[in-house]
Amino acid sequence: MTTPVIDTAHRYQPRRTLTVRVELVRQLRRRRTLIAFGVAIALPLIVVAAVTLGPSSSSGGGGFGDGDLDLVGLATSGAWNFALTMLFFGSGFLLTIIAAMFLGDSVASEASWSTLRYLLAAPVPRRRLLRAKAIVGLLLTAITLAILVLASWIIGALAFGVAPLSSPLGGSWDTAESAYRLAIVAGYIGLMMLIPAGIAFLMSVLTDVPLGAVGAAVVIVIVANILDAIEALGDLRRLLPTDYGNAWVDALAPTIAWEQMAIGASYSVVLFTLLVVIAVLRFDRKDITS
Amino acid sequence: MQLEADLYLPPGLAPEQRAPALLLAHGFGGSKASVAQDATAFAEAGFVVLAYSARGFGASTGDISMNDPDFEVADASALISHLATVPEVVVDAPDDPRVGIAGGSYGGALALMAAGYDPRVDAIAADITWNSLEDSLFGQSALDSDDLGAYKSLWSGLFFSSGQAPRPGDDVTECGRFTDAWCAAYVRAATTGTVDADGAALMRRSSPMSITDRITAPTLLGGGQADSLFPLAQVSANAEQIRAAHPDAPVKVVWHAGGHDGGLASPDAVTDQLRSLTIDWFRDHLADGPAVSTDFLFARTEGSALSDRAAGTFDVIAAPQFPGLQGTSTQEAALAGPPQQVLAPAGGLPSAISSVPGLGGVGGLLGLAGVGTALGGEQQTATFVSEPLVAPLSIVGSPRARITIAADRPVEGATVFAAVRVLDGAGLPRLPAGLVAPVRLDALGPEPVEVGIELPAVVADVAAGSRIALTLTTTDQAYRMPAGPAVYSIALADPTVVVPTVTGTPVGGTRPVWTWPLLALGAVAILALVLLLTGRRRRAAGDPARLDDEPIVVTGLVKQYPGGVRAVDGVDFVVPRGTVLGLLGPNGAGKSTTMRMMMGLITPTSGEVRIFGERVRPGAAALARVGCFIEGPGLLPHLTGRQNLDLFWRASGRTGDPRMDDVLSIAGLGSAIDRRVRTYSQGMRQRVGIAQAMLGLPDLLILDEPTNGLDPPQIKEMREVMKAYATDGRTVIVSSHLLSEVEQTCREVVVMGAGRVIAQGTVEALLGEYHEKRLEDVFLDLVGVGHEVTTRGGAG
Repeated sequence: MTTPVIDTAHRYQPRRTLTVRVELVRQLRRRRTLIAFGVAIALPLIVVAAVTLGPSSSSGGGGFGDGDLDLVGLATSGAWNFALTMLFFGSGFLLTIIAAMFLGDSVASEASWSTLRYLLAAPVPRRRLLRAKAIVGLLLTAITLAILVLASWIIGALAFGVAPLSSPLGGSWDTAESAYRLAIVAGYIGLMMLIPAGIAFLMSVLTDVPLGAVGAAVVIVIVANILDAIEALGDLRRLLPTDYGNAWVDALAPTIAWEQMAIGASYSVVLFTLLVVIAVLRFDRKDITS
Repeated sequence: MQLEADLYLPPGLAPEQRAPALLLAHGFGGSKASVAQDATAFAEAGFVVLAYSARGFGASTGDISMNDPDFEVADASALISHLATVPEVVVDAPDDPRVGIAGGSYGGALALMAAGYDPRVDAIAADITWNSLEDSLFGQSALDSDDLGAYKSLWSGLFFSSGQAPRPGDDVTECGRFTDAWCAAYVRAATTGTVDADGAALMRRSSPMSITDRITAPTLLGGGQADSLFPLAQVSANAEQIRAAHPDAPVKVVWHAGGHDGGLASPDAVTDQLRSLTIDWFRDHLADGPAVSTDFLFARTEGSALSDRAAGTFDVIAAPQFPGLQGTSTQEAALAGPPQQVLAPAGGLPSAISSVPGLGGVGGLLGLAGVGTALGGEQQTATFVSEPLVAPLSIVGSPRARITIAADRPVEGATVFAAVRVLDGAGLPRLPAGLVAPVRLDALGPEPVEVGIELPAVVADVAAGSRIALTLTTTDQAYRMPAGPAVYSIALADPTVVVPTVTGTPVGGTRPVWTWPLLALGAVAILALVLLLTGRRRRAAGDPARLDDEPIVVTGLVKQYPGGVRAVDGVDFVVPRGTVLGLLGPNGAGKSTTMRMMMGLITPTSGEVRIFGERVRPGAAALARVGCFIEGPGLLPHLTGRQNLDLFWRASGRTGDPRMDDVLSIAGLGSAIDRRVRTYSQGMRQRVGIAQAMLGLPDLLILDEPTNGLDPPQIKEMREVMKAYATDGRTVIVSSHLLSEVEQTCREVVVMGAGRVIAQGTVEALLGEYHEKRLEDVFLDLVGVGHEVTTRGGAG
């Protein structure tokens, strides 16, 4: 045995394993990532087509809060309102599913491809793997949200002009204020997506079936929304994190009312952290049998 | 005549010790039970509390007489006399206990009335109550007018219906629990919208305005900023009348974010604010508590637009003293607009909706947004709008305006509803607190009449750039209106609206908004700490002596799954450096589980694996010197084989030369390496998987069934690769359920069966021991006949 053993260990650095950049490259080329981005562009296009080609009506109706807040009716007034309406549409279901998909699929899909065991044996420290997965999942969700807003704004501008934001609660603003208000709405909706994201991420660690993780998260959010609609539950509903999902309308008031948004955002950040901590503690000890 | 009452004693009151008393009166439709929470809180604050049900309510007998001096007020005096006999109560003189009265709405009026009629009352706290019942139920906002106001039909109906429920066992009657006199007055008002002399006298007897000049007891007056039943003007009248008669009597006025309309803020927060104020007030004036300033408090509210939220935050602002409805100063805002014609529709329908009595929460939405404050039809509203404001405007009090009004025909009881609305741009105007001011003229004809209007007292902020509008609407669903149609011509008599304001300083309020993110930050920090504490790295002690000569040492390895199945049951072996070691055993022998434990994928139940001396745990650094292929390849199907290898190397945290060319030649895929893995055959994936294990040519290679799915020439090639790999000091472990495989590749062999090591040593030694039998026979002997040995591929 004359040849010295090549000691590769001293050239191994845990900090270099599965960097966010590498994980991003691994995920970006996936078809589902591109489909999510595509849907975010397609949604405003479909709505523009529906509005311009469909039968004309004076007011869109829709909205929420007993129909008091007529967001949809204002959608065609300009790019800012159109982007706001698309955010409203997206926040209900589309973005929830996308967040659940990016986070729920994260670990479970590696398990289903059998790549998880090779990454962990590389060895990518387990927490580091979860970190990369969570960051990239959130990043992709945020990118989808940003694409939705930007695409809606551009498509809205081409279709309806760039008139500043008119609030369904009364008032309209100049461009700077419109951008500020829209950014608050988008940011708040983004924070609220932490709820499906967190549930999906925990599920992703618990199961090896990617669709199961995504589905479970979506079902939990839907059940929470149904409970939230049962008036008999009264103030108990305030305990549901999804109860604060629409609090961004307070960013459209003449003066922004922050309280409900502060509660909702705080709630979802804490809930997300809690779910991630449970996921990490679970993954620390999990036997990888996939 | 019997009244039901509960006595609450302060907890911890020593024997012989005495405390001041509080008489607690409930609101209309309530009973002693509805004030139980307050009673408990006041008792805990050190008062002897007597909570009772007024006559006609709860289990108390008698008929409702709306706080008539001869009935309800006399009842209160009787209760005060009773309190003088309670041994725990401080007594100032015989039959004169130290007593305060507290109540809201109906109970608030009782407190004021009792303070006017019974000199033994030492202090009172009266919240959201009336000064004049007639002015409250017949709203008149025209200044200096003697005309009867517009009948508040919706509120009166709600108010009276809660006293019309029969007692258990009684029949339903039109009068319910009311006295005949009150019943008659109500029926007249409800059917004609008017009041006769008897009714007016009746209401005057039950109104604090009849006795405010007699009140000298310290008086705390609460007013709801969201109250269309007893608006702030009523509270203001009580305060100013007492002050006018007795300038030295302490009077404190508090406008809060609640009220009969539900309020603009979290009801709990308002309750807390009022309760602690009330306690402080009585501690000051009934005991020797710290002095409570008689400054004026009001609330700036911020509500959510969410349809189901009654909650909101508020800041409490203090001004040195109550300035009345005209504020500490006024500003003028210029209005413009041509004379306008508006229609009072026949039957008063469709009617505009401003406040919605009895629906808490909607008030919040209305006040904030003005959405839902329907204006009836466009033709029903005259609007006079200001220019955009150059500076922000704070309205605290009642703005005033002057209009002229005429009708196209003689109208009896012509009614318009005036309001100041805020236009924050292009959207809907918002109506602060959802309040409108009814203006009723007994007679109106084609001759224009000039009317000064006191608009609703509100606390509202108008941003610079917004505009304010004076609107006059001919309908409101909460009021009774003339039945016939008419067209009114309305014009501004004075092009300005006078807006009062109060300068004050913030003194508190609800929990500031930033506490939520702060709490969240704390929770996140605690959770992060949990991770930090559980994740502390345990340093594995290496064993330098065995470091390089024995790359793998397996000691007492056991893996027991939940349910008791032992997949690996006490395995010991050592892999010497520079060899190809075969791990041989039938399917289910525990080979793959052992290999997974070697890679830190599965945690052993007991025992350990050491790789290059380091105990294997998830993420153990020594694993970086190991390449592995366990139970089939793991590749990203959407990437090419080359991208997979490249990304795996980049993810593995190793630097240096991946030896990509060597590895690719082992895989031997040719140009197919640049196709997506999705398109690969099983054998191609297998080869890329093995190539991935060899990336960087690690010191130790662990291969689990590497030849599964390969065709014979490839198997042969793979054997050569493994043998060659071990020649320069590297070590290879190969598992297989195929004897031929191990026999031809390996020098050393470990035979496993049912989770245990059955035999180990060099292939030659093993064969020798078994008397030169073919290894296959040896193997079958070892593991027992009947195991499926050669036919199935896959996991072992």
